[in-house]
Amino acid sequence: MEYTIEPKSKFSLGIDELIQYRELFYFFTWRDIKVKYKQAALGILWAILQPLAMVIIFTLIFSKALKVETGEVPYPIYALSGLIIWNIFSAGLTSSANSMVNNANIIKKIYFPRLVIPISSILSVMIDFSITLVFYIGMLIYYQDVVIFSNLIWCLPLSILLMLITTFGLGTFVASLNVKYRDFQYLLPFFIQFMMFLNPILYNSNAIENPLIRTIMKYNPIANAINLNRAVFIHSPVDFQGLIVSFFIGIGILMLGIYTFRKTEDYFADIA
Amino acid sequence: MKPILEVHNLSKEFLIGANNEPYLALRDILANPFKLLNQPKKEVFKALDNVSFDVMPGESIGIIGRNGAGKSTLLKILSKITPPTSGKIICRGRIAALLEVGTGFHPELTGRENIYMNGSILGMRKWEIDKHFDEIVNFSGVEKFLDTPLKRYSSGMQLRLAFAVAAHLEPEILIIDEVLAVGDAEFQKKCLGKMDEVTKSGRTVLFVSHDLGAVQNLCSKSILFEKGKVKVYDKTDIIISNYNSSINFQTFNNGIININRGLLKRITLTSKNKLVNYIEVGEPFKFEIYLNIEEFRFIDPVIGIVLKDMAGSNIIGINNKHYDSRVLECKSKNSEAIFSITFNTFNLVEGSYMLDVYIGDNFQDIESHKDCLVLQINDSTKSKFNLKPNPTYNKIFYSDISFKNI
Repeated sequence: MEYTIEPKSKFSLGIDELIQYRELFYFFTWRDIKVKYKQAALGILWAILQPLAMVIIFTLIFSKALKVETGEVPYPIYALSGLIIWNIFSAGLTSSANSMVNNANIIKKIYFPRLVIPISSILSVMIDFSITLVFYIGMLIYYQDVVIFSNLIWCLPLSILLMLITTFGLGTFVASLNVKYRDFQYLLPFFIQFMMFLNPILYNSNAIENPLIRTIMKYNPIANAINLNRAVFIHSPVDFQGLIVSFFIGIGILMLGIYTFRKTEDYFADIA
Repeated sequence: MKPILEVHNLSKEFLIGANNEPYLALRDILANPFKLLNQPKKEVFKALDNVSFDVMPGESIGIIGRNGAGKSTLLKILSKITPPTSGKIICRGRIAALLEVGTGFHPELTGRENIYMNGSILGMRKWEIDKHFDEIVNFSGVEKFLDTPLKRYSSGMQLRLAFAVAAHLEPEILIIDEVLAVGDAEFQKKCLGKMDEVTKSGRTVLFVSHDLGAVQNLCSKSILFEKGKVKVYDKTDIIISNYNSSINFQTFNNGIININRGLLKRITLTSKNKLVNYIEVGEPFKFEIYLNIEEFRFIDPVIGIVLKDMAGSNIIGINNKHYDSRVLECKSKNSEAIFSITFNTFNLVEGSYMLDVYIGDNFQDIESHKDCLVLQINDSTKSKFNLKPNPTYNKIFYSDISFKNI
């Protein structure tokens, strides 16, 4: 085995190295999950309790108090179908964006492909997601009158995929900026909050009349992932034009994120 | 045989500005809006400056140098944590770097979980950890606490566990940075023993340490760094004396060393009734220690010296209380008091030795002069031995040892 260490000249994804270090994904993800639920009596049950509590709160406020219109679909399952996908974005972005800073002590002391860290942080979010998913499927069965189960088979995976691409792209982008400018750490919660209100998570996108916001909603990947996930409900057609455009936007964000990350990762240890 | 590690013209530069931050921060601009127009000139600091050297397979190389000499930067580049600015390194083997023990340890995880976490971060595969798991646990001695969260461990236990994992890495090239500076004496001995085993097993080791004694024990060759450059690359003994001479130890000049610090004025070295700069192996000699009498008010003076090898290990520590029943007196002559220490038989082998001088009274040390001079012992006659004693194993010799057939 012979290799050289020299200043990096050309861009590469470093896939072969990621494969070589594949076990690290497992260990980092496993550590994140373990640490997250250590000393919590209810443990990983929180992955169900959190969205359940959210659904109850939102149902009380938006459905009972504000009378938000969701057609024939009962509000609790409507909200959960949005929240479960939204959670990939909000939890995934938060944890991946802060992952490099949180693991700075490791980065400064040992080498491994740096992409392992944000990828693992999103993987651990996906473990939580899969637990929530069980709860979600249970709810779908409970409300089966409004659900078209044949749509679930393709809508849910595609919706997850679109959300993952977008989240991972944005996450790696912010993670690499965050190493240099910690300001992003403080900006991020506002951005996520803003996105939560801007996207049809708790309401129906048809309720929006402003043409500018309608256009944003038509093409942005978050709104499209959520709407795609809701295509399991009756009378919820998929906007394929918007969906395809948003997939391209998502892939664009992914490429930007990985490119920025790979370009700057060599110096993380110097400035972290 | 090709070198396992070739370092070619390696340099690493850092930009150091007035604010020492590698980025432009808004808070600085707000604090001083003119700074944007008037940016302080960035200065280039060369942490490593055109460094080249080769390491052959199986060699263990010590890396020494003062703080800021570039040792840690070199290790960081070798372990791929940070890239070089220019130059390149060709490696012909897997490198594992221990810049810190316990990287990736998490206080909430149990000892068992941390072994796996830490091992995999260090580059071990899961089956490798499985294979060595029992050895690691045995070596660390924390069997009983294996399923206790790390946060309940004492710091010593954490360290032992961390070193135990690291010690079971099996790379072709192992890089170690000062990890032995911690832990109790027994554990340090265990670590040194393990490292000795590693070097003897034919693996290549790069060892950075300020502990010259440990470097001397483990490494046959060493590199001395100074201001980001390789100053010397040679046998460890030569490097250590070179390193020490770069710290400006005083040596005898016409048999005299002037010190003029506190009570201690000067020291002379006499052998065969002549002032000399060095002594011959086995010859009797005498130190004369000149003290400033006006400041010397002790009724019962105690004068002591400690001779050390260049790695800093003590060899002889004596004072007049221990070695002479007569009480010394302060006799003034031209406001000087002179004490002499005579060695009639002296069994140190050829080499350089450092000397500490202690001045005190019956109760305490009044002054201590650490490393105040270097004593050179030469062996120009070579008459005492058939073969020169190997300096690795012999610090002292006995002339009346005989071997016989029985």
